[in-house]
Amino acid sequence: MDTKKIAQNIRKRVLKMTCEAQSPHISSIFSIVDIVTILYFKILNLDTQNPRWLKRDRFILSKGHAGAGVYATLAERGFFDVNELDNYCKNGSKFSGHISHKNIPGVELSTGALGHGLPVANGMALNAKLNQQEHKIFVLLSDGECDEGSVWEAALFAGHHKLDNLVVIIDYNKIQCIAKTQDVLDLEPFVDKWKSFGFMVKEIDGHDHEALEGCFMEAKQTKGQPTCIIAHTIKGKGVSFMENDKILWHFRSAQGEEYDCALKELA
Amino acid sequence: MRDGFIKVLTEVAKNNPEVMFLTGDLGFKIFDNFITQCPKQFLNVGVAEQSMLGVAMGMSLEGRRVLVYSIANFHIFRALEQIRNDVCYHEADVKIVSTGGGFGYGTAGMSHHATEDLSIMRALPHMTVLTPGDAWEAIGATQFMLNNKGPFYLSLEKSNINSQKIDEVFEFGKIRQLRDGADLTLISVGSVLSEVVLAADILAKENIFCRVLSVHCLKPIDQDAIIRAAKETGGIITIEENSIFGGLGSTVSEVCMENNVGSKKFTMMGLRNEFSAIVGDPTYLRHYYKLDSEAIIAKAKKLLK
Repeated sequence: MDTKKIAQNIRKRVLKMTCEAQSPHISSIFSIVDIVTILYFKILNLDTQNPRWLKRDRFILSKGHAGAGVYATLAERGFFDVNELDNYCKNGSKFSGHISHKNIPGVELSTGALGHGLPVANGMALNAKLNQQEHKIFVLLSDGECDEGSVWEAALFAGHHKLDNLVVIIDYNKIQCIAKTQDVLDLEPFVDKWKSFGFMVKEIDGHDHEALEGCFMEAKQTKGQPTCIIAHTIKGKGVSFMENDKILWHFRSAQGEEYDCALKELA
Repeated sequence: MRDGFIKVLTEVAKNNPEVMFLTGDLGFKIFDNFITQCPKQFLNVGVAEQSMLGVAMGMSLEGRRVLVYSIANFHIFRALEQIRNDVCYHEADVKIVSTGGGFGYGTAGMSHHATEDLSIMRALPHMTVLTPGDAWEAIGATQFMLNNKGPFYLSLEKSNINSQKIDEVFEFGKIRQLRDGADLTLISVGSVLSEVVLAADILAKENIFCRVLSVHCLKPIDQDAIIRAAKETGGIITIEENSIFGGLGSTVSEVCMENNVGSKKFTMMGLRNEFSAIVGDPTYLRHYYKLDSEAIIAKAKKLLK
């Protein structure tokens, strides 16, 4: 399986979706495409024909503004027909810009306001432990999201309850909505923070597919403490002019020539 | 109300292992029996209301019926977005239980007075809002809540009164009539009901006869009982230890106007764009904010002039 090709297909699909919908956040989405690709194609135990299968691994996209990336991944993985994505953000569509679970197979939780995913993942993880279930819970946060107090309430909870079936992934592209994280609320020393809350912490290149797979496999085996994977990423990854003006592309969609140039780079 | 709530909770949870009770580090000693009987169904999540609502949400997605417990303002205001986006949007099986509704926490101060909770919970889609007026109604409301799916808000106050009539069976959503009379309708939510009943009985001695209605379920509202009150009695007074904006007064007004039964005489008793900032016990506060029987009697007489 060529996950690199799959990831590029997902990027191309997102480029088209956001272009037609003239919707924002493409750089935030490109930042997580490799993470989500590896999760859905290599790691998560799923049944696309039975999205509510009790033994499935759960994945929550807490940075809901990257919903288009997960929709495209779910379609690519076979949860629903890719043609359905043509309705993304169209009037009357079920595919909202921020991820929604309503009538979309494979989406566990609707998000959009930041700081909601980790507390919910904690509830899922604790429940699985109480029920002695084997599945794992993965939750993907943005770095800017870690400004939210609810994230740290939840980090305390996960550490205290030793939720070793929980894997927190942070998309650490170091750019939040309108500025750099280090200029707004510096998260550093980021690794130490999560360690001090009782997490097993791993730092990786969030675009290195082999490293991601290895790291996720290891996280699944971790015992006695939750895992936090700090994935160093590049906002806008895959399209040079988006990588060069990361903040702008949080708000824009590629139109006209930009679209053609981006598509060429992703080919 | 709280004792009855815990008793019902314990009975239901013993037979339903999917029931989970979370507290935001509140309820000193009162849950000891529940913990003894259902040790795996109790969790103190800490002073972390957003976390508590999230954990409840995650557990409910996995098939549990989860209760979250705190002093009203703490969980519903701090975690309002979690209640709206997570619990209500997902129509999750999460029950939000508040203690100390209205002025219940008296001298503790405005931070602890729940005087806008009903307005805000009522505005949320899919949320059922339970507002029992005494201990008996609280038991009925709790039983219904624990036997039905979906988001609920239950406001518990301090009342040991049992207003059950002979052979009366609790009926979810149906406004209860505790007195009848054609001159006026006195309609209330929560434990201020005791003041309303007292006022009605004193007024009756002066030949002013009031229908007394207890709204133990603010949402969905029993429209029929309100329409009948508007048509059959001389006017309506709404009484609530809550803001008149969005609470019972608003609800009754909306029902009357939408059904073209605008009451001839109508007034709302409750907080008007103010905090209950005066220091005092619940009785004092009811008197100060003109929500005691004395104030209700005066308002009724004024309205009938």
